[in-house]
Formats: sequence, C-alpha cells, structure tokens
Amino acid sequence: MASQLLLAAASAPPEPTATDADVEARLHAFLLEIRCLVCQNETLADSRAELAVDLRNEVRVQMMAGRSDAEIRDFLTARYGDFVLYRPPLKPSTYLLWFGPFVLLVSGLLVLCRAITPAAATVRVPPPSGGELKRVRRLLDLADGSEPS
Amino acid sequence: MKFVLPLCIFLILSAFLAAGLRLDPQHVPSPLIGKPAPYFELTKLHEPGQTFTPEDMLGKVWLLNVWASWCVSCRVEHALLTALSRASVVPIYGLAYKDGRESSLAFLQSFGDPYVLSIEDPDGRVGIDYGVYGVPETYLIDKAGVIRFKQIGPLTIDVVQETIVPMVARLRR
Repeated sequence: MASQLLLAAASAPPEPTATDADVEARLHAFLLEIRCLVCQNETLADSRAELAVDLRNEVRVQMMAGRSDAEIRDFLTARYGDFVLYRPPLKPSTYLLWFGPFVLLVSGLLVLCRAITPAAATVRVPPPSGGELKRVRRLLDLADGSEPS
Repeated sequence: MKFVLPLCIFLILSAFLAAGLRLDPQHVPSPLIGKPAPYFELTKLHEPGQTFTPEDMLGKVWLLNVWASWCVSCRVEHALLTALSRASVVPIYGLAYKDGRESSLAFLQSFGDPYVLSIEDPDGRVGIDYGVYGVPETYLIDKAGVIRFKQIGPLTIDVVQETIVPMVARLRR
C-alpha cells in the first residue's frame, strides 16, 4: 500500500482572490465537481491540501485568462486522468459504471416477477382405478362416521 | 438445482470483491503513460545559473524521481535509489518538488546524492504538468522522451526488479 507522503498542509499560504466576483463564483461552482487527489473524498473547492491550493490557483489563473470550463477540465484530466472529475465521462470504459445499476435493477425486477407469478401448471391426476375407488369410499365413510354432526 | 443461480452470483461477486480488495484506492493511474514527457526548463539545484530540460535527455532512457526534503517516504526510497545509481542501471534525475534550495541541498548532503543532477520546482508548477499528487513519484522516460512508466509512491525492490530493469533493457534496444 502506498506509504507516500500526501501533501496535506496544516497551514497553506493565504490564497489570492480573483478581482472579479463572477469569476470567483464560477470558480467555486467549477471546483465543486473536481476531486482533490490528496483528500480523495473532498472536492477541490473544499480541500485544504497544498496540491488543492496550487490547483485552485492554477484554475483561477486560467479562468481569468478566459479559458472555458471545458478547456480547464481537459487540462486537469490530461494530467490527472478522468478520476479527477466527479462526473465520470460517458465512454466505453465507463458504460458498465453508468448503465450497470439499471441493468441490475431490471434483471432484479424480472427475477422478482418470475418468483411472484403463481405456477400456471395444473396438476393432472389420472382418474382412480376401481380398487382405489373402493378404498376412497371406505375411507370417506369412516371419516363421515367419526365426524361430529 | 435452485441454488445454482444464487451460488453463481455469489461466486462472481466474491471474485469481484477479492480483486477489488487488492486495489489501492489512493492509486490514480497516470494518463501520461505513452505520452511525451511535458516540457519544462528548470534551474539545476547545484548550479543555479544553468537550466535543464527533458530535451537534454533525448536518445537516452532515464528516470525522473520527484522528491522533497520534507518527504518521509523519500528517505525510505533513498537507499534504493542510491543502490540503483551505484549499480548504474539507469540514470536518475531528481526533481526537488515544492522545496527550498537550502533544504534540498541539506538533504542530499546528509543522505547522499543518487542523482545525476537535481532540478528545482519550488512552486510545483512542473509537478502539476506531470500529474504529481504526492511525493515520491518516479517516471521512466524513453529515448524519444515518452513516459513509459510511472511509480506512485516510493520505488520498491520488487518494482525495480520486475518492471524497471526489464523495461529499461527493452527500451534501450
């Protein structure tokens, strides 16, 4: 297992804020969908890891330089892979991820339907033979005789 | 016979779980494998007046090891790097990542210098281009300047023996 030291700064230097409030808002919205690779359950917007600070600054610089969200996303995935996106892109390697749950749900429902539907087959019993009929009558008479009236 | 289907499903699930438990969730595979090593020009640690770029290494197979004096795992890896460089398996170049020159020099002074040379990336900008998200990381780069392998975390003797040495031999042909 990786014993590498992941960059988690207890105190990172204060970050510059963009002069344009709109850019800062756009930045925040964008960063909420990017995973921090150090604290991998946090978004780049929230993480305090040093790498997160660096990447936030980088994204901010690029936004202020006029790059689009898609371009910046490509920048990040070119370096860190698709894992950095919280929304995995739809491509052949992720079909199972995207469609798998629905496939499982549908197959589960099919199995359920099969299990619930009562068996349509009727049991066919051959008509009783003469000897068997006698035995049945005798048993029924006995049963009638012991029944309370 | 009714139990066959659930049993099969269970076995398939178990296989997935067994495989999954062996995976390291922290491990993020690099999209740079098979792509040219990103260009940079950084100052050399020991000769601040000079710079180094990956183009200087075209025609050679080499390792780029990302390290820092503040990184504990790098100390663990250091012994292996020293052995590697002594055995002259493949030249190792160091990238001093997010560190001060003084600290980097002191580290090499204390623990030895396995690198042909080290370059400085004090703000980590080159690290971002290489998809560095932790230290140490090591890249194996071929003669055409293409990244062929990335080790996340310290190099181990197994990785060196089973992956790096054979790859270096293959890439040198």
